[in-house]
Amino acid sequence: MPDSPGPESAGIPASGRIGLQGLGLAFRYRSSGPLVVHDVDIRVSQGEILGLRGPSGCGKTTLGRLLAGFLIPERGSITVDGAPLPSRGVSPVQLVLQHPELAVNPRWRLGRILDEGGAPDPELLDELSISAGWLDRYPNELSGGELQRIAVARALLARPRFVVADEISAMLDSITQAQLWHVLVNRARAGHFGVLAISHDDALLGVVADRCLEAFPDGTVSTPTRALTGTA
Amino acid sequence: MSAPSSAAAPAATSVPSGPVLDVRDLSVVFLQYESGLRRRRLEVISGIDLTVDAGELVAVVGSSGSGKSLLAHAVLGVLPRNAVVSGQILYRGEPLVEARLRCLRGREISLVPQTVASLDPVARVGSQVVRSAELAGAADPGATARGALRGLGLPESTDRLYPHELSGGMARRVLTATATVGRPRLVLADEPTPGLHPLVVAETLAGLRAMADEGAAVVLITHDLLGALDVADRVAVFYAGTTVEVAPVSRFAGTGAGLRHPYSRALWAALPGHGFTPLVGAQPPPTALPPGCLFAPRCPQRSPDCERARPESRLIDGALVRCIHA
Repeated sequence: MPDSPGPESAGIPASGRIGLQGLGLAFRYRSSGPLVVHDVDIRVSQGEILGLRGPSGCGKTTLGRLLAGFLIPERGSITVDGAPLPSRGVSPVQLVLQHPELAVNPRWRLGRILDEGGAPDPELLDELSISAGWLDRYPNELSGGELQRIAVARALLARPRFVVADEISAMLDSITQAQLWHVLVNRARAGHFGVLAISHDDALLGVVADRCLEAFPDGTVSTPTRALTGTA
Repeated sequence: MSAPSSAAAPAATSVPSGPVLDVRDLSVVFLQYESGLRRRRLEVISGIDLTVDAGELVAVVGSSGSGKSLLAHAVLGVLPRNAVVSGQILYRGEPLVEARLRCLRGREISLVPQTVASLDPVARVGSQVVRSAELAGAADPGATARGALRGLGLPESTDRLYPHELSGGMARRVLTATATVGRPRLVLADEPTPGLHPLVVAETLAGLRAMADEGAAVVLITHDLLGALDVADRVAVFYAGTTVEVAPVSRFAGTGAGLRHPYSRALWAALPGHGFTPLVGAQPPPTALPPGCLFAPRCPQRSPDCERARPESRLIDGALVRCIHA
């Protein structure tokens, strides 16, 4: 297990095409409205946890949705390892939301919801402490923390190149939060994918993020800084 | 503890000593029909103990599904009809039965709701607070409502706004106003700070603290342990529908060694600033509760005795704990 991302084996320079990259991104919800995302350049590398912090209303969630392909930018480009986001099929950028109950079909059993992600991976379910008994239940029979584990598992089963984690643990107790993030960080560091961690919790970003960006009320984003110093 | 100089407290008919809210060994079972006439019993709460004194703020923390909200619903008497409640809920020393609750709800006992969704979207907020004051039996509802809104720092222009025109912080204050116009003795706040900006969170929590300082007994239900520590006097830790520990906030410090229950220590050690240590496993669902201690399957200190019977709650140094190793 490599302890740093390092150059990729494919022979492409590390500074080159590998990564999730947004260049000159701009977005507004109404043509006459303000720019919610305003000339943003952002790059997440493979194996990296990039934090995105800032007060609510600064376009953090919108930027995450753009990068995951759920919104189309007015200007700018988004590429994954040099290629544009595919318009169909499983996205290489998986989005995990704050409220898992809004991200699953309430009429599907959890087993079917997981199958949406991809082929089963018992080891992953084990790491996330998802018990087999949950799989034939419906979403409203699980607690928020249990459902969020399912949502994270579904995203990882899709074998993503990148994960956009938008306040995924803001509603969870500290133990469940630590469990989810340990799985995400360990699997990302092992070189499988990069993570954009959106959160207003500086203490959390202090322990999970390698670098951090700050979003501002005018829709711009700072250049990355080193990791936040862990707040005690 | 009712202070004799209780100018802040509502007109008291009698002043019983002892806690305002006293929940003893509360259990809630949901009876569900499966296929046909087969019924199953879901033990969603099994053994909750909690006391809250006048002037005290007690935080209830735990993961989702630990029974925090159900406790509030049980106290307010709004559990679904298939719920079977056992144990005792005493309010000022007497059981909270339905008839009594009907007189107290919205007056002496009030709820600070979670979201603006609890407000009427097509009524101006001023009139909604007036209505709350009316239902709470205020002599002059208009004046009472205005007093509550101004007291929370909301300008007069707020009264004519509709809920969707409020910022997150203003909305919190309006919700607080609806809950406090009746000058309640017992305030239940169920996750009052979901996903809010840190400044709004701090303001909301300070508002609850102020209610306690004015003499109310306040229950703050939250998953945000750190936020709770800023304002609470004591913290009740819930797990799988049980109170595992009630500790003064001072014990949540350093390495957490002052905490008596292994689950409380695990919650503390999982905080990003205190180790970020995860704990394997998940809270057992009501359909598959272990026979012994509910935390035993995940407990680092488990012994064979833990799996034999549910530990009784005990008082150690005046604080409740439910662990045979404490």
